[in-house]
Amino acid sequence: MRGTSVAPRVAMTAFVVLLVVIPWIAPPFWVTLGNYIGLYSIVALGLVLLTGVAGQTSFGQAAFVGLGAYTSAWLTTHAAWSPWLTLPAALVLTAAMALALGFITLRMKGHYLPLATIAWGIALYLTFGNLDWLGGHTGMSGIPALSIGGFGLRSERRYYALIWAVALAALWASRNLLDSRPGRALRAMKGGLEMAEAFGVDGARLKTVAFVYAALLACVSGWLYAHLQRFVNPTPFGINQGIEYLFMAVIGGAASVWGAVVGATLITVLKEVLQDVLPALLGRSGNFEIVVFGIVMIVLLQFARDGVWPWLARLAPTRRAGTVPAASPLPSRQADRPRHAALLAVHGVRKTFGGLVAVDDLSFEIRPGEILGLIGPNGAGKSTTFGLISGSLRLSGGEILFRGRSIGSLTPYEIAKLGIARTFQHVRLLGYMSVLDNVALGAYLRGRAGVLRASLRLDRAEEARTRAVAARAIERTGLRTHMFDEAGSLPLGTQRIVEVARALAADPVLLLLDEPAAGLRFLEKKALADLLRGLRSEGMTILLVEHDMEFVMGLTDRLVVMDFGEKLAEGEPDAVRQNPAVLEAYLGGA
Amino acid sequence: MDLSIAALLAQDGITNGAIYALLALAIVLVFTVTRVIWIPSGEFLSYGTLTLAGLQLGKAPGTVGLLVALAIVAGIVEAASSWRRGELARLPWRLLLWVGIPLAIALVLARAAPLHWPFPLQVMLTLAAVTAMGPLQYRIVYQPLADASVLVLLIVSVAVHFVLTGLGLWFFGAEGSRTPAFSDASLQAGAVVFSVQSLLVVLASLLLIGVLYLFFDTTLYGKALRATAVNRIGARLVGISPSFAGTLTFALAALLCAFSGVLIGPITTVYYDSGFLVSLKGFVGAIIGGLVSYPLAAAGALLVGLLESFSSFWASAFKEVIVFTLIIPVLLWRSLAAHHHEEDE
Amino acid sequence: MSGQRAGGAAPILEVGRLCVSYGKVPALRDVTLEVAVGSVVTVIGPNGAGKTTLLAAIAGLLPSRGTLRCFGEPVANSPVEARVQRGLVLVPEKRELFATMSVADNLRLGAFVRRRNGGASAALADVYARFPRLAERRGQLAGTLSGGERQMLALGRALMARPRLLLLDEPSLGLAPVIVREIFDIIASLRASGVAILLVEQNARAALQVADYGYVLETGECVLEGRAAALSDDPRVIASYLGHGKAFQA
Repeated sequence: MRGTSVAPRVAMTAFVVLLVVIPWIAPPFWVTLGNYIGLYSIVALGLVLLTGVAGQTSFGQAAFVGLGAYTSAWLTTHAAWSPWLTLPAALVLTAAMALALGFITLRMKGHYLPLATIAWGIALYLTFGNLDWLGGHTGMSGIPALSIGGFGLRSERRYYALIWAVALAALWASRNLLDSRPGRALRAMKGGLEMAEAFGVDGARLKTVAFVYAALLACVSGWLYAHLQRFVNPTPFGINQGIEYLFMAVIGGAASVWGAVVGATLITVLKEVLQDVLPALLGRSGNFEIVVFGIVMIVLLQFARDGVWPWLARLAPTRRAGTVPAASPLPSRQADRPRHAALLAVHGVRKTFGGLVAVDDLSFEIRPGEILGLIGPNGAGKSTTFGLISGSLRLSGGEILFRGRSIGSLTPYEIAKLGIARTFQHVRLLGYMSVLDNVALGAYLRGRAGVLRASLRLDRAEEARTRAVAARAIERTGLRTHMFDEAGSLPLGTQRIVEVARALAADPVLLLLDEPAAGLRFLEKKALADLLRGLRSEGMTILLVEHDMEFVMGLTDRLVVMDFGEKLAEGEPDAVRQNPAVLEAYLGGA
Repeated sequence: MDLSIAALLAQDGITNGAIYALLALAIVLVFTVTRVIWIPSGEFLSYGTLTLAGLQLGKAPGTVGLLVALAIVAGIVEAASSWRRGELARLPWRLLLWVGIPLAIALVLARAAPLHWPFPLQVMLTLAAVTAMGPLQYRIVYQPLADASVLVLLIVSVAVHFVLTGLGLWFFGAEGSRTPAFSDASLQAGAVVFSVQSLLVVLASLLLIGVLYLFFDTTLYGKALRATAVNRIGARLVGISPSFAGTLTFALAALLCAFSGVLIGPITTVYYDSGFLVSLKGFVGAIIGGLVSYPLAAAGALLVGLLESFSSFWASAFKEVIVFTLIIPVLLWRSLAAHHHEEDE
Repeated sequence: MSGQRAGGAAPILEVGRLCVSYGKVPALRDVTLEVAVGSVVTVIGPNGAGKTTLLAAIAGLLPSRGTLRCFGEPVANSPVEARVQRGLVLVPEKRELFATMSVADNLRLGAFVRRRNGGASAALADVYARFPRLAERRGQLAGTLSGGERQMLALGRALMARPRLLLLDEPSLGLAPVIVREIFDIIASLRASGVAILLVEQNARAALQVADYGYVLETGECVLEGRAAALSDDPRVIASYLGHGKAFQA
C-alpha cells in the first residue's frame, strides 16, 4: 500500500469488523460513545488534512459544526423542510461562509492565521447564542429524526450505522485525495510554499480548497449531530470544543487519515473516563478533564511532536515494495526546440534591498544546450541572481528574457509553466514520501486531476501516467533501486539527485541548479557531474550556481564570475581560471 | 445620546482600555522576547483578582496551593534536566530558586491571610504571588521548547490555558469575586462627572507603564531584554542566555497581568475563567501593535475599550461579537504588512 | 602542528578531530587546530569550506563531536553564554548587532557578562579610544551605520567583554579595501595587547599578512597548514581556491 496509509489491511479489516460488531454485543453506552467518536472523527479528519497535511492551523472548526447543525435545525423546525434536504442547504451555506472566511484568513502568514481562526470561532459562537431566532442560549429543540423511506433512524444503534457509514466514506475519500496529484501538492505546502510553487502549485487556491474541504466535513458532522440529539444549543460549538478538535488532530498526527480516528477516540474516551473518575477522586464536580488534556498536549508537544500515529505505525510492519504500472507517459510540454540564439538572456539586471545594492548592471546569456556556471566569492550576488531568474525575488531594474519573452515580473508559479525547473540549495524533499511520489510532484503541471476527481478515485488513469513519467525520470537519473524508499532516509548526494529527477519530471527546457554539489563527497560529485553531462548531450540547458570550483571547472562550457554584485569576467573555464582579476577577487587584495 | 452619556461611556471605555493595555503590553513583551503567543495571560489576571479577594476576606487564597503545585513540578523538571546534563552539583542552588522562593511566598500568603494586613500590603503580596507563577510556568512548559516554531508554541499556549483554567477552578472554586473599590468619590467638571475610581485605574496603569518604560530604557537588564527581542543570536553572543531572558520576561508579564487583575476587581465580578475573554481583548490591542510596538498596542487596547463601551450602548448583546469580528481585518492588515517587510529584507 | 608552540606554553585553544553536521550534511570532518597564547591564527579557504561552521561550533552555536578545549578546560558541554563568560567571544559573519539600539547601548551590552565585575565604563572609554568613529556616533542607531562602522561596532562590542580569545568570522566581508586595511591594522594592534585571535577569512592574502600561523580548509577538511609567511607563497593555496585541475572532466 503506497501513499499515506501504513497499516496493513489486516488491522483495518479488524477495525471495521469491530465497528460493525459493537452495536450488537456491547452495552448501549458504548454505542453512544461510538456515535460521538464517529462525529468527532469526521471533524478531526478535515483538520488532519488542513492542519496536519497542509499546515494551516485552525481552532475554529467547531463553528462550522455549529453552522451545519443550526442550519438544519432551523430549516426543519421553522420552515418544515425534510431533514435530508437540509444537508445540501447546510453544505452550500458552509461552503459560502468558508470561502469568505478563507479568503481573508488564508492570506495571513504564520501565526496570524490561527489567531484569526480563534477570533471568528468565538464570533460565530457568540452569534449563535445571541440571535433570538436561533433560540439564543437555550437553543432549538424538536428537530425531527432522519428516516430512510419509512425506516426511522431514531435509535442510537441505527444512527450509529449512518454515522460510521459517513465517517468511513469520508476516510476513503480523504485517503484517495492524499494519494493523488492534489494530495501531493497539499503535502508540498507544509514543506515550503516556495518549493511547491516552483513546480506550478497554486498555493493560495489549494489552501482554500483544503479549508473548504475541512469546513464541509465539519458541517456534515454538525448535521448528523442535530438529527441525533434532536436539539441544538450553542455550547458544543464554542472555542473550547474547537481547541479539542485541534488537539485530536495533533494527537493523531499528519501521517495518515486514520490519525483522525485515533485522536478522536483517545480524547473522547479520555474525556468520558475523566468525567467519571475525577469528581469522585477529587471530591468535587467540575470540568477538570481540561487540565489533563492540557498536560497531555504539553507533554506530547515536548516529546512527540508528530503525534501518536507514527508510534502505532511502527507496531505494524510497513511494506515498501510497489510496482509502477506500465502506462504511456503524459504529453510533453515542449512544443518545439528553442529557436533563439539565447535561451535565457539577462540584461542590465539590478536588485536592491533597501539601501543595499546586491546586483548591479548584470548581463549575460545562456545558450541552448550548454552548461553555464555562475560563480563568485561569498557575497558576490550569485544567490540573489538565481532568485531573480527563478522568480522568488523581484527585479529592481533591467530585464530577463526567456525565449525572447520577458519573465522579470513573473511569479515562480508562472515561470514553472514556461518550462524552467529548479533545485534547491537546501534540499526540499518531502521526507516521509517515497522517492517516486516526490518526483511525481515535479510533473504537477503536466496533469489535471482536481480534488473532486481525486477523492472519488476517478483519476487513476492519469495518475498511472504521471507515475510512469516519474519512473522514467528516476531511471534516467540512475535511482531505480531507491524508487520506493522514503526520501528522508537517503544520503544527501542521492537526495540531490532526486531533486534533479523531480525537476526532470517537469519536462523542462532550462534547468536551474542551486549549489548542487554542496556537502557532497567526491564520488557523489562525480556521479552528479556525469548525470549533468548526460543531460546536456540530450539537449538540456543548465544554469549552475556553485561555490565548488573543482566541480565547476571540469563540467561547464562557460563561466560567469561575479563580484560585489557585478560581472567580473566571462568565458571558458581555463581562461577564467587564469584571469588575474578573478584571482584577486577570490584570494583577496594585498 | 447626549454629552453626559457619551462622557460616561468614554470614561468606561478608557478605564477598561487602560486595563486591556496592560495585558496588551504583557503580550507584546512575551512575544518579542520569547516568540510565545501568550494565550494564558488572562488566567494570570483572574488569579490576581481572586488572590486579592481571598486576602480581603481573610481566607488563604487558592494561590497558595497553586504556587506549591507549580513549585513542585518545576523542581522535578529542574532536577531531571540537571541530572541529564550532568550538573547535579548546581542543583541545590537551583532548587532554592525554583522551589524555595515560591514556597516561601506561599507560606507568607497562607499566614498573612487571616491577619487582614492593610490594603497596600495585600496588593503587594498578591502581586508577588502571581508574579512568581510567571517564571514557574516558563520553566515547566516553555523553556524545554525554546527552539520550537511559533506555531507549536501557540498550540502549547492554548494547552497551558486549559491547564491553568482547570487549576483555577480547582484552587479558587467556581464562585466569582469582586474586590472593593479604591474610592467611591466622584468629581464634577461642568456637565461631566468623573469617578475617582476610574481616574485611579488610569493613573495606576500609566504609572506602571512609566516604570516599565524606564526599566527598558535605562537599566542593563531592561536593555538585555530589548536586545534579546531584537536579535536572539546577538544576545547569546554577549552572554544573555535565552532562559535568563525568558524568566525575566515572564516575571514582568505576570506582574502586568496581576496588576490588571487588581485593577479590574472593583469593576466587574471575576470568575476563574473570566480572564480568557479579557485577554483576547488585550490581544486585539497587541495585534494592532503588530505584536511588536508598545505604544500602538496600548493605543489599540484603548480603542478596543472605547469600541466595546460604545457598542454596549447600541447593541449590548453583540458587543463581544463586534470586538472579535473586528480583530480579523486587523490581523489581515498586520499579516500583510509583516509579509511585505520580509520580502524586502 | 606544534610549529606554533614556542616555549611550551599550553595553547589557549585546542580543537581535536572536530566533526559538525547539519542533519545529514557533514560540514566539518576531523578538523584539528590550535591557537597559541597571544598569537593570531588564521583559517582560510574557499567558500563552502566550513570556516563559519568551524567558528560557530567553537563558540557553541552548533553542536559538535570531537574535543574542544579552551583555556585548558573542556568546553564542549558549555552553552554559548558560559563560554563568553570565560573569555571566548565570537564576532560572527553577520555581525548580529542590535540594529534598533544605539551604538552606546550595543557596546554596554557587550559588557553584560562582566556586569558584576564593574569596569564597564573603563572598557567603554577604551573602545571609544580605539574606534573614534564609534565615539562620534555613539547615539546613533546601529542599523543606520555603514558596513565598515558596523564591523567596528561588532568588534568593539566583543572587546567590551575583555576576551582572552577572539573569534573573527570574515571581518573583511563586503568592505571596501580601505576599510579592510583599517580593520586589519586593528587586528594587529589587538594581538599586541595580548588577545589571542582565531581569524577566519576568505581574503587569504590579507589574512596571511597579519597572522602567525595558518590552516587551509577545503570542503570541511583541513588540507594544509603552516607558518603564515610560508603559506602565502604556497601555490597549493591558490589551487585550493580556484581548483586543482581536471578532476571532474569526462
